[in-house]
Amino acid sequence: MRIGIDVGGTNTDAVLMDGDCVQAETKRPTTDDVTTGIVAALRSVLETGGIAAGNVDAVMIGTTHFTNAVVEGRRLVPVASIRLGLPATRSLPPLVDWPDRLRTAVAGETYLCHGGFEFDGREIAPLDRSEIQRVAADIAVRGLRAAAVASVYSPISAEFEERTAEILREEVPDLSVTLSSQLGRIGLLERENAAVMNASLSELASRITGAFRAALVQLGIDAPLYISQNDGTLMTAEHTERYPVATFASGPTNSMRGAALLSGESDCAVVDIGGTTADIGVLEQGFPREAKATVDIGGVRTNFRMPDVVSLGIGGGSLVQDTGGRVTVGPHSVGYELIRQALVFGGDVLTASDIAVAAGRASFGDASAVVRLAPDVVRRALRVIETSIAEGIDRMKTTAGDIPVVMVGGGSVLLGDVLAGASRLVRPDHFSVANAVGAAIAQVGGEVDQVFSIGALTRAQALELAREEAADRAVEAGARPDTVRIVDVEEVPIAYIPGDAVRIKVKAVGDLDYGRQRVAAHR
Amino acid sequence: MRLIGEEQLDDIALGAAILGTGGGGDPYIGRLLAREAIRAYGPVTMVDVDEVGADALVIPSAMMGAPTVMVEKLPAGDEIVNAFDRLESFLGRAATHTISIEIGGINSMMPFVLAARKGLPIVDGDLMGRAFPELQMCIPGIYGISTSPMSMADDKGNTAVIDAATNRWTERMARSVTIDFGCVALIALYPLTGSQLQQCSIPGSVRTAERLGRLVRETRVSHANVVDAIVEELDGHRLFEGKVVDVHRRTVEGFARAETVIEGLGLDAGATLRLHTQNEHLVAERDGTVLASVPDLIFVLDTETGQPITTEELRYGFRVTVVAAACDARWRSDAGLEIVGPRYFGYDFDFVPVEERLGASADGLLDMTQPARAPEESVLT
Repeated sequence: MRIGIDVGGTNTDAVLMDGDCVQAETKRPTTDDVTTGIVAALRSVLETGGIAAGNVDAVMIGTTHFTNAVVEGRRLVPVASIRLGLPATRSLPPLVDWPDRLRTAVAGETYLCHGGFEFDGREIAPLDRSEIQRVAADIAVRGLRAAAVASVYSPISAEFEERTAEILREEVPDLSVTLSSQLGRIGLLERENAAVMNASLSELASRITGAFRAALVQLGIDAPLYISQNDGTLMTAEHTERYPVATFASGPTNSMRGAALLSGESDCAVVDIGGTTADIGVLEQGFPREAKATVDIGGVRTNFRMPDVVSLGIGGGSLVQDTGGRVTVGPHSVGYELIRQALVFGGDVLTASDIAVAAGRASFGDASAVVRLAPDVVRRALRVIETSIAEGIDRMKTTAGDIPVVMVGGGSVLLGDVLAGASRLVRPDHFSVANAVGAAIAQVGGEVDQVFSIGALTRAQALELAREEAADRAVEAGARPDTVRIVDVEEVPIAYIPGDAVRIKVKAVGDLDYGRQRVAAHR
Repeated sequence: MRLIGEEQLDDIALGAAILGTGGGGDPYIGRLLAREAIRAYGPVTMVDVDEVGADALVIPSAMMGAPTVMVEKLPAGDEIVNAFDRLESFLGRAATHTISIEIGGINSMMPFVLAARKGLPIVDGDLMGRAFPELQMCIPGIYGISTSPMSMADDKGNTAVIDAATNRWTERMARSVTIDFGCVALIALYPLTGSQLQQCSIPGSVRTAERLGRLVRETRVSHANVVDAIVEELDGHRLFEGKVVDVHRRTVEGFARAETVIEGLGLDAGATLRLHTQNEHLVAERDGTVLASVPDLIFVLDTETGQPITTEELRYGFRVTVVAAACDARWRSDAGLEIVGPRYFGYDFDFVPVEERLGASADGLLDMTQPARAPEESVLT
């Protein structure tokens, strides 16, 4: 018995699941304090499902709070950004390519120090203890409570970053320190950017995970709590407090994974239509296809692993306008004001939801409010919606032929029963809470992303080492060892580097071991 | 003569990424470095090749090494100036201009960094017309002009000057030093007089890159077909459209080799294209028939957005369109082909210009009345 919860900007959705079956679902408004909304959602599914709090095995939560904070530049704390790489890297200091507004929000101070590795593991320069101590003293004087440490080639070895963190904590014991090596991936600026974002979210992370825990306590649920991360796997609440950036892409990932389970499709497009946007992704063998290398968050270049999603400005609250013979839908939307502003709810704004009701695709609100809409406008608006979404799907496809399309999200009523490019259009049961379902069925994973020098090792040995390490990490994260399988292996030779250096990325995933987690929770 | 400021850099970098033919390095870091230099020191004066006096001294400025290392070990900042100053002092003469050695990829941006910092004008042009993996692969080499003396600098204050007997020796020695430096070096090389520049540079390369970048940007906004726009702008040829179904990579002698298999879509459904790559895309063959080869340019573009896809990025599932364009005519000479023809890269066939291979009629369509080149043209063992 698991409960999956999706805490969105507008709504908090929850599902109670027994294995792969949805036993109960609910949708509640998200509250400012977060806890109250979650408590309401939990209470509802427990009651509907007829389950006692003590019988819940695990609670999984997916949230967009952290992404939103960065995108909006709110609720962030100033960060000490420490880079280890002198004498190199001085030409482009930390935060060099950040948009002004966001840079102001996170800029505590930047520090360039000696250290870091060359590509082959030689030191660029030794770590200078007194240099780091001076940085720590300055951090204390400035009252900064969070720090990000990024060292050149830390994906090869975290040594410089770890030693720096130790020295910092000696001087400033309660400093929240993010190491870029924990966030992976080659690309110093992108990795450093991720570390700075993470550090700036440190206080929000404590608050939000505290709010999640408080909700469980209020209901007497003592089951372990997990939070969804970018790739659809789970992490503990403790891990989330330290790495809130790992939640960034969990929303779209969960909605796609939930869509996969609910529809039974594993290779399909998923269209999630909400109030303002339609997000389109592609599932390959049950997992979302990953976006290419760099991902822009709030105008900052990062290399998070995110699902490849195209976002169209079409949703239930999108404004429909007829200007000079051309009908447009979106990108502006009334968003959560839908229930006050749409025509069917007594408002005076023509929205996509009104079109859906007029076309008989949905029945909420007062249908008589849209009876006078010109049929031609309704028809053309529907065509705009269908064409845009069909084109979006076509962009995401990797084959020429039609593919199954699964629709989720409350706004999916905007589409009819056929769509160009779709071999079949599936609107599964519980489609409006697909996000929460995705959170509930998530697995745990382990990942390795490292540069190996093929010379000391054969290629086969390096791959085997990487695979074992990834599997070990999955088990560490809480996976049942007998369920762990390798889901992704990527091998990229590195040009111009002698000794045939190769970058190997391996991801392993397994089912959550509830039993072990319960025991651990009770220790 | 014109001023190049921050605003022009994005277009130049995007066009340069396309001209990189799969290699050349991601221009992002180069673009940032150029932007910061222009912000600190002011816009750069760019002059045309024919504005350069006969006795000017033009010293190209570039980075060499592994682009993937440069995204980790960012430059200290002074290296590019140190290398340049070192070569000037070796020559006993101050340069009057700098120029790009390679318009494809990151080296489209690096000379702007140098130009801004030294207050030197940059010449609108380059020495390759694309990207190539080795230093001797520049047009001046066809005319017997020496790559060296060449200077190199690293982040730790080390510099080196190479004065070699042949251009291939310069490449060999410089590559060793680069590896010792940590696989990235900033360099100054091919010192050229104005007369030599007239003879052996490709004029207008920066403008070409800028036009290409701007065209892509504007075409995207208007939702027209970006690949078509690129093909037209480059006077190119669409070779193939399809989906990548396999990418096999290995590193050979420091080069990233890749063999990519693309399954045809649309008009190309049922056919298979194989792409052979060594950092840059070198040979495109369709069902055993070579359609285009080095030194002609082969681009792999995202079918939908026209975005160039580098060798490192290529992977299963990408929908791509492969396009070819003619290289500079001087590369097609015997002397040119000795340096950059298919045989230099280990392929057992002679170069044939892409337009001949395709038997192209005036509107670029494959001429089906002419037999395609015989199967003995097909490639590797």
